[in-house]
Amino acid sequence: MFKNVLVPFLSILIIVAIVLYLVPPDIITRYLGENSGILGFSIAAVVGSITLIPGFISYPIAAGLIDQGASYAVVATFMTTLMMVGIITLPLEIKYLGQRAAIMRNALNFVAAIIIGLAVGMVMGLIR
Amino acid sequence: MKTFLKKYQSYIWIGLYTVLTILSFIFGFNPGKDIFGNFGQSFIEMITFMPFLFIIVGLFDVWVPKEKIQKHIGTGSGIKGIALVVLLAMLQAGPLYGAFPVAYILFRKGASIRNVFIYLGAFTSMKIPMLGIEIGYLGIEFSLIRTLVSLPLFIGIGFLMERLLKNSRFEVYDGSQAKEAAK
Repeated sequence: MFKNVLVPFLSILIIVAIVLYLVPPDIITRYLGENSGILGFSIAAVVGSITLIPGFISYPIAAGLIDQGASYAVVATFMTTLMMVGIITLPLEIKYLGQRAAIMRNALNFVAAIIIGLAVGMVMGLIR
Repeated sequence: MKTFLKKYQSYIWIGLYTVLTILSFIFGFNPGKDIFGNFGQSFIEMITFMPFLFIIVGLFDVWVPKEKIQKHIGTGSGIKGIALVVLLAMLQAGPLYGAFPVAYILFRKGASIRNVFIYLGAFTSMKIPMLGIEIGYLGIEFSLIRTLVSLPLFIGIGFLMERLLKNSRFEVYDGSQAKEAAK
């Protein structure tokens, strides 16, 4: 059990570390902070889906994005796709759920994340 | 040779990474050092949720009988079953991949497909420790709205996944290489 979990987790962490090096937080902040329209929204959804950033790094990024003027819809989309959709972790997910279910879960969660992003942006716009 | 490579793929990958990192530090190769810094952060996150994960998996494995799980979160468990898996997910911590071993043990003990996916959904973005951090950085309104919008969607996804997978011999595997090869 321990070996079955630890070894695949470590291999994923190495990939996560390399991707995080190739797409560093300050680049994410720059691109998403400046583009709050449809372009920013799309970048947020795609980058968030591919990468996996540990929570205690992603929340400071999100707060920085808001400070830079990014919309709540962009930030919410980025955060939800980060948490719910994982292209990097897909090989690991397939080992547990099988190919079909893993791809279905990610596809459905991607759609859900877009809805969540738009809804949160709308409601935050109404109350702020 | 090919099966050997496939079988030990993860070990080779981890070994290769270790050697390259040591070389990076010896020769002062900065990208290598930066990547190790990133790895360290994710690793710290991982070792903080791992003990709890193993406690939960161990507890369910040894102490909770199959009939209990089947009765409370199995097929036909209704809204109480949904509430139970959401609550279980909220008490945990860590990124999504940390939830797969728990999903495996829940499924093996008789949880319904629907509840396994509702559990995974709630795990992604409703964990209490993470909500605490989120409220700190983004404010209570943001977290509250995000959670309230997310929950019905996760439940919907659970129902949808069950409908799509019901007739396809779906099961949750234990994550080992051998099982994948058999798939």
